[in-house]
Amino acid sequence: MLKDVSFGQYYPVESFVHHLDPRVKIVFLIVYIVAIFLAKEFLALGIAAALLLLALIVSRVPLPKVIGALRGILFLVVFTATVNLLFYQGDKVYWDAPAVLFEWKIIKITQEGIIFSIFLVIRLVLLMVCSSLLTYTTTPVSLTDGVESLLAPLKWIKFPVHALALVMSIALRFIPILMDETQRIMNAQKARGSSLDTGGPAKRVKAVVPVLVPLLVSALRRADELGEAMEARCYSDGKNRTKYKKLRFTWRDLLAFLLGAGLLAGMIVMRYFPVFAL
Amino acid sequence: MRIVAEHLTHIYNEGSPFAVKALDDLSLTIEEGEFFGVIGHTGSGKSTFVQYLNGLMRLPSSKKRRKKKGDRTVLQVGEFDLTRKKTDFRALRRKVGMVFQYPESQLFAETVFEDVAFGYKNFAEKKPTAEELERVVRAAIEETGLDYESVRNASPFDLSGGQKRRAAIAGVIVTRPEILVLDEPAAGLDPLGKREVMELLHKLHGDWCKTVVVVSHDMDEIAENCTRVAVFSDGKVLYSEPPRELFKRAETLQALGLDIPLTAKLCAALEKRGVPIDCDFTIEDFVKKTLARKGGESC
Repeated sequence: MLKDVSFGQYYPVESFVHHLDPRVKIVFLIVYIVAIFLAKEFLALGIAAALLLLALIVSRVPLPKVIGALRGILFLVVFTATVNLLFYQGDKVYWDAPAVLFEWKIIKITQEGIIFSIFLVIRLVLLMVCSSLLTYTTTPVSLTDGVESLLAPLKWIKFPVHALALVMSIALRFIPILMDETQRIMNAQKARGSSLDTGGPAKRVKAVVPVLVPLLVSALRRADELGEAMEARCYSDGKNRTKYKKLRFTWRDLLAFLLGAGLLAGMIVMRYFPVFAL
Repeated sequence: MRIVAEHLTHIYNEGSPFAVKALDDLSLTIEEGEFFGVIGHTGSGKSTFVQYLNGLMRLPSSKKRRKKKGDRTVLQVGEFDLTRKKTDFRALRRKVGMVFQYPESQLFAETVFEDVAFGYKNFAEKKPTAEELERVVRAAIEETGLDYESVRNASPFDLSGGQKRRAAIAGVIVTRPEILVLDEPAAGLDPLGKREVMELLHKLHGDWCKTVVVVSHDMDEIAENCTRVAVFSDGKVLYSEPPRELFKRAETLQALGLDIPLTAKLCAALEKRGVPIDCDFTIEDFVKKTLARKGGESC
């Protein structure tokens, strides 16, 4: 059965972004993350955000989906922002007020702290949106193909690239199955009166054990069965394995690649020659 | 407790490309005291429907429902109105026991005793005493045909397949629900295990359990046991009638991709050869009527 799982699930529509080579998308994601952490002023972050928004619109993934993915990291964002806001040490002055706005025992709210927190929130949000864009527009299979192809040079130092890619694809493949299984077991325990959706926090935490134990048992059983099935089919990471879908680098990919390279170059330039010195 | 559902619609992943209509304006009434069968091929909405019966599936808020066109949804189980958000679902789940497909996958505790006691402890208003717990758990385990003394301290993971199934069922019936809903209770068991599970259900049904609702693929099982059967197809109920009437529609059922009981197949074959037999499709009745027929005519 299909469930309302919104995090990192492939969203099947036809678009420019969907048709990109997964390798380009992975490299673009890495470049993008580096770029937003290089950015030191709002203009630079604004450019990065605008570029991502453009990619999002082109990808035709509906906005509520992407916002749904953000909900998962909401706690993390709020937590890190609060910690940084309260404890960040800095004495830069950005506007007409004392550098330290508020001080009480170890809590110290500074101008630099506020700016830094805002930056952090924007960076985390962009990071999350960009990586969920990757999983929304790329099937797990092509994602692993991309990783395998990118890591291919490591074969020279006897690194088991193919095995790693296989592990990754199996893990991705089993996420929906395990989600489903979790839902099923949760339902079964709820039907037996477990307080998974009622009662206080302490009660709810205790109610997790009757879900985790059967889930672990079934995950181990599945792993065992899969291993046996693969062995029965003589699976090995032979060198001469061929691919059903060959990865191809097209004009689209060149365009995306150039955009990414341009972004990175721009960010480096803006970092060392700031437009508005903040 | 009577079960009434009217104009029930359920769509998974509404508004996304994965949207699937599982229930489509479904209406069905199950009277108290019935041994009710639910059949239909995969994806016909059977499992979704039975999950509504004890509130594992909930209707969207009445505000959202009002926005949509169509008739008013009714979903009533005994005195519980499941269309309201404030319904006491805990009390409902206590009265409507639910045995999922492969219920052995819900076993988790260190001993069978603990696992069976889990549901009872959850639903108890105040902490049950050791004697009370011992009494109800023993009753539930023995009702399923397991030997209480030998399994009480065993790990549920050490039991055999059939024993696990029984232990899991014991964990549901320990609260003595008035309605027992089972999704493929005999799936994956050997013929003997299947028969034993169905016999168990009959025993419970004659006892404190007033209504049994069983989802099954096994038509022989359905013909043999149920007082009434609903045929699900594409989220709707096509027929809802006793097996005696239902399995006369052999061709319609087969066109839907459903199997028919062996007795129905034999009846159809005999009728083709000019020997109509009017039976209720249980093996016993079929044999009796056929022998009576044979006694009447020499062949």
